[in-house]
Amino acid sequence: MSEKDIYILAIESSCDETAAAVVKNGRDVISSIISSQIDIHKLYGGVVPEIASRKHIERVNQVIKEAMKEANMEFEDLDAIGVTYGPGLVGALLVGVSVAKAIAFAAKKPLVGVHHIEGHISAAYIENKELEPPFISLVVSGGHTNIVKVLDYGKYEILASTRDDACGEAFDKVARVIDLGYPGGPKIDALAKVGNPYAIDFPKASVKDSPMDFSFSGLKTAVINYVNTCKMKHKTFVDADLAASFQKSVVDVLTEKTLKALKDHDMKVLSMAGGVASNMGLRQSITNMCEENDIKLYIPSPILCTDNAAMIGAAAYYDFINGKRDGWDLNAVPNLSF
Amino acid sequence: MKILAIDSSGLVAGAAIYEDGIIKAEYQVNYKKTHSQTLLPMIDEIFKMTESDVKDMDIVAVAAGPGSFTGLRIGFATAKGLAMVINSPMVLVPTVDALAYNLYGNEQIICPIMDARRNQVYTGLYTFENFEFKVIKEQMAVDIKEIIKKINEIGKPVIFTGDGMPVFKEKIKELITVDYSFAPAHLSRQRAAALASLALEYYEKGLTIEADKATPVYLRLSQAERERLERNRRLLTKQN
Repeated sequence: MSEKDIYILAIESSCDETAAAVVKNGRDVISSIISSQIDIHKLYGGVVPEIASRKHIERVNQVIKEAMKEANMEFEDLDAIGVTYGPGLVGALLVGVSVAKAIAFAAKKPLVGVHHIEGHISAAYIENKELEPPFISLVVSGGHTNIVKVLDYGKYEILASTRDDACGEAFDKVARVIDLGYPGGPKIDALAKVGNPYAIDFPKASVKDSPMDFSFSGLKTAVINYVNTCKMKHKTFVDADLAASFQKSVVDVLTEKTLKALKDHDMKVLSMAGGVASNMGLRQSITNMCEENDIKLYIPSPILCTDNAAMIGAAAYYDFINGKRDGWDLNAVPNLSF
Repeated sequence: MKILAIDSSGLVAGAAIYEDGIIKAEYQVNYKKTHSQTLLPMIDEIFKMTESDVKDMDIVAVAAGPGSFTGLRIGFATAKGLAMVINSPMVLVPTVDALAYNLYGNEQIICPIMDARRNQVYTGLYTFENFEFKVIKEQMAVDIKEIIKKINEIGKPVIFTGDGMPVFKEKIKELITVDYSFAPAHLSRQRAAALASLALEYYEKGLTIEADKATPVYLRLSQAERERLERNRRLLTKQN
């Protein structure tokens, strides 16, 4: 690259991970630190917003300093500060936003607010230097379920969304019903591997008459009803079969609609993003679909799928070179639209 | 000695620059915008107006809590971020102490009250003896009735201050048995300038903290923690 390299310090605190990273030119991760709070939230069966916010404020400086130290950089060496400002838990987001603004102000650097989903999508750029828009991205996490057409850097068209729960949320809720604990996604995935996916016929997670929308709430209720009915009739069921059948129901719909989006928009490149992109059942199904249809598939490593700041640094870079700048009044927006 | 003082613990958000015995600038806003939208713009403005730089500050002081959980964290995250870049220590000033310090020199009882919801107040009791700041009751979260009872027991005249006044005025009038007064508008809310003065006293006593380690005093557990403890307690009593 002939032009000057751009170094961005990125901060992410939208849920239960306090994370900071230094990213060069949106693609090279110089350092990436993630401090997870998962062990605390396990005690409560899910993320407790107030506890998450308290942990963020305790850890935020150490995490940022570690990222800077590992990158062997001083604040004055940076070109910009990027930060997730939504969507997410408002109290949690505010810690990252406030500290990012203070750093940018004191170090006299530009501030770039990043949409969390744009971050997830941009995670695919990090390990795949050749990946460039346009492509389709399947975004699946605890808070989001979208099929997005990436038209250009920073330009998106949403092709499909969920009407109710996010798919990761459905995994967590179903896990709770069969006492697997939190977080449910990885546990259901592991259990599903040894279960029979055809054992129980659960409804598909789609919406009638709306071919591009998801609905996970009905599926979740069907699973809960199934478990309750079994209990009432003193009938036993195999947890692994239930997990496998539920997971198949989710994976089939995600795969089917993603293929439809690719075909409808005549696209040959797909990326996956978000925590549920680490689900082995989903990875396998999408990989098969892509092989059968000659689609080039990019799946980030699991560490880049779950919440991290490197992906925020990647997204912030493209926003930065597109001229996006935020002021000192940047606020956290918990339900930020895409 | 240069101090940047920040308070966003209550309804008011404010920032002040203290420099060698004077308050060089103070900016305070009591408006519906969130502290996240007002705090850093205010800090930016006071530095611009006084043609100075945050890098020249020796300490960053912040209202330590109690207060609005979110408000406290906006103040802390801002202060911690600034202190990290300029490599300065922080001073954490108890919110209720700073509120009381507004009424410097007052030899009556000073009782700051902040609305802590669930019928409670963040409060404490203070006075000045020969111009020295005395803490009679350290800051705490209690029922409004409890603090009034304490004041009645002491039996000295009291002056109330703080953003809990409008909420609890009637209750106070009903229960108080000593002479009392409510602080006027310019002395009845958190002020970053008062926080800066008190921060200097703390600094001179060596009470500084590394920015990395600074965390608010909530005086309260989160609701989920409270409920979990309650459940565990019930289980224990059942077992015994």
